[in-house]
Amino acid sequence: MEQSWKQAKSVFAGAMGPPLFWLVLFFLVPLGIVWVYSFGQNVGLTEISFTGTFSNYARAIEPLYLKIFAKSAWIAGLTTLLCLILGFPVALAMTFAPSRLKAWLLLLVMLPFWTNLLIRTYALIAVLRTEGYINLSLGWLWQHFAGVAPLVGLEPVGAFTPLELLHNNFAVVVGLVYVHLPFMVLPLYSALDRLDRSLLEASLDLGAGHIRTLLVIVVPLALPGIASGVLITFIPALGSYLTPDLLGGPDSQMIANVIERQFKRANDWPFGAAMSFMLLYMTFIAIAVQAMLSRGRRRPA
Amino acid sequence: MSARSRRPPPGPLEYLRRWPLQAWLVMVGVFLYAPLITLMAFSFNDSKRNIVWQGFTLKYYEKALNNASLVEAFGNSLTIAAVSTVLSLILGALAALALWRFRFPGKPVVDGAMALPIVVPEICMGVAMLVFFARVMPWPQDLPWPFNLGAIIIAHVSFCFPFVAVVVRARMASFNREMEEAARDLGAGEWRMIRDVIIPHMAPSLVAGALLAFTLSLDDFVITFFTSGPDTVTFPVKVYSMVRFSVTPEVNAASTILIVMTVILTALALRLQGDPAAVSGHGGGNTKA
Repeated sequence: MEQSWKQAKSVFAGAMGPPLFWLVLFFLVPLGIVWVYSFGQNVGLTEISFTGTFSNYARAIEPLYLKIFAKSAWIAGLTTLLCLILGFPVALAMTFAPSRLKAWLLLLVMLPFWTNLLIRTYALIAVLRTEGYINLSLGWLWQHFAGVAPLVGLEPVGAFTPLELLHNNFAVVVGLVYVHLPFMVLPLYSALDRLDRSLLEASLDLGAGHIRTLLVIVVPLALPGIASGVLITFIPALGSYLTPDLLGGPDSQMIANVIERQFKRANDWPFGAAMSFMLLYMTFIAIAVQAMLSRGRRRPA
Repeated sequence: MSARSRRPPPGPLEYLRRWPLQAWLVMVGVFLYAPLITLMAFSFNDSKRNIVWQGFTLKYYEKALNNASLVEAFGNSLTIAAVSTVLSLILGALAALALWRFRFPGKPVVDGAMALPIVVPEICMGVAMLVFFARVMPWPQDLPWPFNLGAIIIAHVSFCFPFVAVVVRARMASFNREMEEAARDLGAGEWRMIRDVIIPHMAPSLVAGALLAFTLSLDDFVITFFTSGPDTVTFPVKVYSMVRFSVTPEVNAASTILIVMTVILTALALRLQGDPAAVSGHGGGNTKA
């Protein structure tokens, strides 16, 4: 049983004091200042007056910016869906693997996650760019095909035109999936690992196929894990800055890129602050929805 | 379970022995690893253009190691990560201890506030740090070397220590509180009990937490991007500015060094811990005491 803090006041103060002090001074206060800024106005070059105006928020929901919010949510949602599709079989395989192999698979999923985000993004640039490895391989295949085509009676093909794989929305989604896949696999795995296997065996024994067992038994039981995987993937994807910045084109700006521009180049801090808090509220809404869904599921049970 | 048999046919739940799943695993593996492996391979390629294999060379490693600003950025990153890890470990362990051991008014609020740095998007935290260090607590500009990194270290600790707290607290859930009583009955004081009973129980999670904090700090780009000045460039920020211009084998070489370091660190942590699941921070079920 937990102790009341009054029973050992000095221990409590010694343990809770430093982290709480740090959290307040170096996290909550800075965030609070940004919140205050979001109700301010630029006066002159660096002065900001705190007028309590809502004009920054009004500007943030203008169609131009609303479109960016919608687009960010769409890209993050697509990323999450792709991660789920790619990651679920991996988590499933991990769950039912023999324990030695399981440890290795887990390590294989973890390693890219430990690897520097910038390095991973850079690695993707080298793969996707116009003279990148994909285009190079395609070009090579094309050349060989072009040599063969006339022999089998096809019309001669023209020169290979490299695919535009980088600096567009496609690259951003590929990059986000690449970066966030481990975020999805790990919670899925820990949910699937807790499943009662006899339920699966019973379902299979009673004649349900693997797909049916998966859809009717595994997915409903693993739903909380799926939900947390979705949340853990969606939130960072929604606020991602680096991937759209390096892999995206001029039209693949996400919220974070707009925010960065306000603070660094456009120097409109109040508007940037309002955008930041819009993103923050979106994040909280996503968390709240997930919490409500998981609570709603628990009640009837 | 009959699924244990080694020979075919695969048991009902041996999904790993079914080819569609194997193919899927290989595909995902290629997706995850091919870019990194080609990146590493091409750091040894004797060609500026980084495309076609021209022969083995180490000259890009030489070039990267002779690039003073790159080496400096690398040193900065390691210093920041090391200091942030120590501070995060202390703060995180203290927070975990307090939240595990005590009930106090406002605990749910503190709990929620501690989770905030984990869920708040990096960009929001980055701008918060930018504003804080620009307007409220300007970090002195020209301090001698490790001290000029102070602002970045503070920012890193702020987002690292809640992760440590989560990992340590998950571990403490498996602590048998009777041990505490036994220690007390045997006459151990507060400090003695923490040192001899609680910290040894925490130990594996401290290793996991340290690894997590170190990697998070080393990995961070966005928050550092907003807190670093011209003299306090970290490795990711430096690579970012290099990548913006072009893809060069030098970056490949520097990246390879960092990847190898990551692999070594992970292997080391696994050795220390003996359980890969625990390092992931998701291994609650696998770290039974």
